[in-house]
Amino acid sequence: MSLPELWFAVIAVLWIGYFFLEGFDFGVGVLSGWLARDRPERRVLINTIGPVWDGNEVWLITAAGATFAAFPDWYATLFSGFYLPLLAIVLCLILRGVAFEYRAKRADERWQRRWEHTIVGTSLLLPFLWGVAFANIVRGVPLDADHEYVGSLLDLLGPHALLGGVAAVALFTFHGAVFTALKTVGDIRVRARRAALWLGLASGALGGAFLLWTQADRGDAGSAVALAAAALALLAALAANARGREGWAFIWSGTVVVAGVAMLFLALFPDVMPSSLAEQGTLTVENAASTPYTLRIMTWCAAAATPVVVLYQAWTYWVFRKRIGTQHIAESAH
Amino acid sequence: MDLALAPETLARWQFGITTVYHFLFVPLTISLASLTAGLQTAWVRTRNEKYLRATKFWGKLFLINIAMGVVTGIVQEFQFGMNWSDYSRFVGDVFGAPLAMEALLAFFFESTFIGLWIFGWDKLPPKLHLATIWAVAVGTVISAYFILAANSWMQHPVGYRINEESGRAELTDIVHVLTQNTAVAQFFHTITASFLTGGAFMVGIAAYHLARRRHVAVMRTSLRLGLITVVAAGLLTAFTGDRLGKIMYEQQPMKMAAAEALWETEGPAPFSLFAVGDVDEGHNTVAVEVPGVLSFLAHDNFTEPVPGINDLNEQLAEEYGPGDYRPNVPLAYWSFRWMIGFGMASTALGAAGLWLTRRTLWLSPALRTGEDEPPRLALTRERELGPALTNWYWRLALLTMLFPLIASAWGWIFTETGRQPWVVYGLLRTDAAVSPGVSQGEVITSLTVFTLVYAALAVVEARLMITYAKAGPPELTEADLNPPTRIGGHGGGQDDDADRPMAFSY
Repeated sequence: MSLPELWFAVIAVLWIGYFFLEGFDFGVGVLSGWLARDRPERRVLINTIGPVWDGNEVWLITAAGATFAAFPDWYATLFSGFYLPLLAIVLCLILRGVAFEYRAKRADERWQRRWEHTIVGTSLLLPFLWGVAFANIVRGVPLDADHEYVGSLLDLLGPHALLGGVAAVALFTFHGAVFTALKTVGDIRVRARRAALWLGLASGALGGAFLLWTQADRGDAGSAVALAAAALALLAALAANARGREGWAFIWSGTVVVAGVAMLFLALFPDVMPSSLAEQGTLTVENAASTPYTLRIMTWCAAAATPVVVLYQAWTYWVFRKRIGTQHIAESAH
Repeated sequence: MDLALAPETLARWQFGITTVYHFLFVPLTISLASLTAGLQTAWVRTRNEKYLRATKFWGKLFLINIAMGVVTGIVQEFQFGMNWSDYSRFVGDVFGAPLAMEALLAFFFESTFIGLWIFGWDKLPPKLHLATIWAVAVGTVISAYFILAANSWMQHPVGYRINEESGRAELTDIVHVLTQNTAVAQFFHTITASFLTGGAFMVGIAAYHLARRRHVAVMRTSLRLGLITVVAAGLLTAFTGDRLGKIMYEQQPMKMAAAEALWETEGPAPFSLFAVGDVDEGHNTVAVEVPGVLSFLAHDNFTEPVPGINDLNEQLAEEYGPGDYRPNVPLAYWSFRWMIGFGMASTALGAAGLWLTRRTLWLSPALRTGEDEPPRLALTRERELGPALTNWYWRLALLTMLFPLIASAWGWIFTETGRQPWVVYGLLRTDAAVSPGVSQGEVITSLTVFTLVYAALAVVEARLMITYAKAGPPELTEADLNPPTRIGGHGGGQDDDADRPMAFSY
């Protein structure tokens, strides 16, 4: 494996980590809008991800930073080309973060309601926008010979991209429902399990259609294997959920996310930004990569730091392993 | 949409607005993390409840502040690619590395441990819980180092070569990039200025409460911690600023000549106190100066010549081809003065406070005060300030509590606009750095949206800050005083307190 190939894999792993972790906290955010029946239940949902959502989000920051360092051209083309969708993503991330932190800082009913709506809205929009972005990355967008994006906003909103967006919303909400069932007690846990069944079926239909379309378009043997793995994991997750094995259901729903995102990266390889115009516009693992010296340094850093990061993040989940219910939420917590 | 604007103008405004805004939260985050950690350390060591109440109070303000710092930081990382894609292509091989390292080594650390600290009061034994806030504090400082090393490379590129074929910068020596004198000097100057900011913030709020004789025990301690921080950090900021200035005289003489509106080379060079100039003609019409001082600032002696703007402009034109290499001189001149002025004023006020509130040194026993009364402001051994003057001191401390923030904002405006027309000094001009594929309309959209959202959030944030600052430290609960003895909470896995409410919840 060459260094640029290794870094393609590292970036894939960072995105997989991001979607595995932030995926369920997007889902919990969406579910706080309709699975929870009243304020205490909404707060139960929000607090299942309270201590961890910020750490989850850093996987995105690191994925973007690693892309800048390892594939400057990929970073430059992607971020300038997808300008308005990324603007929307950044705004959602800003409002969502502030909503978590500030919602409980005032007792005022309207204030809290407003931030709760913000959490639901941004948690819906973000997976949709990421789904659209990744569908476009994999399928290819109009890039000229200088690798500049020459399409319009509408070119990013084709049927394949929109399907990708909807599929991402369904999948992450499913993942979030399974996580909710694992992390709560009482009535809401039962409802989360029931919702997970329907969300799982919707994910299967939408995600299946999207990945099969992608496979037909650009897939190879590797991506086909990942697609099959995602499908099997979804069945396993649904079975575990039906039997009330919530830990297993979460492992399997996580595997769906991992395999699904891996499928997209396998279909993308060896390109990083294929051009839908002439061949020479395409950015590949080789022509977009940084120098071997930079990649070597980054490899040392990543090899040293990543295991430690995974260890202390896993420890955080262990510290907050207790299930929570409405009885654990104090009346007025500021 | 086509405007009669240079393509980089809007992108520069956006970068300026979002960066100055982001940096309103950064210095407070850096300093309050450590100051809160210090207070919590005092609590764990002494079990004196005033320290825990102080920890909870300042910790709350710290959290309101860091939330904004975190979310506005995402914009910073994204906009290099969005608005400055040609910059990103040119520097990515060098500049991306410290950014990725910052995420990997600092952001994960900060963001994970902040969650543990916020929600961990009833989950972690006291010493372990204390370690999490120190981890956050260390994370903020590491983060500052990497991002300042990246910025220093824009100020003074080292450890690279230009690839003739691709025309891009390529990293050859990461150690040099991370340890060059610009990076070290910028780091220390920024960190000390951050602590000046946090100290002044503490002093201002403590003064507000002490003037009203409220929460005296906690606020006395906070005042003292704040005043010591202000004076120590203020002096160090001046010292590190002087070092950084001398480095800049070598590396970017044009920036420093502009900072002094020194049009012609002079030796000995005077320090300008006030000037009104004519930029087109290249001279000042009014100037109030102190002879020799600029030579000292640049070279540590009072006679050596300091090159002027007009000569430097000719030199640079010879080196890099015809063109105007002058930054916006009035902006550089005034931003440099506002930076120093606001910073110094804050330090002076802190020094005055430290003297006035001394506890024993050259102080008559009659003027000494106990833990539960506000300090009496003693001018000399026997004399204290009258009630009117005392009140004025508290009021001034409150009014000036944001001075270091203003100074920091001007400092960044100075160093970034003073480097123009370069984005990477000597290598890449700002007008060659923007995204060629992004339309003016798109930049206007994002500039407008960011400005509006940021303005609205500023109001929200400021109101919360004021509410919590006025409310004062919270009363302690039973749970606060009986922290868990094992990880995961009191009973571990036992049922006796399975339904106990969480100590903190959103």
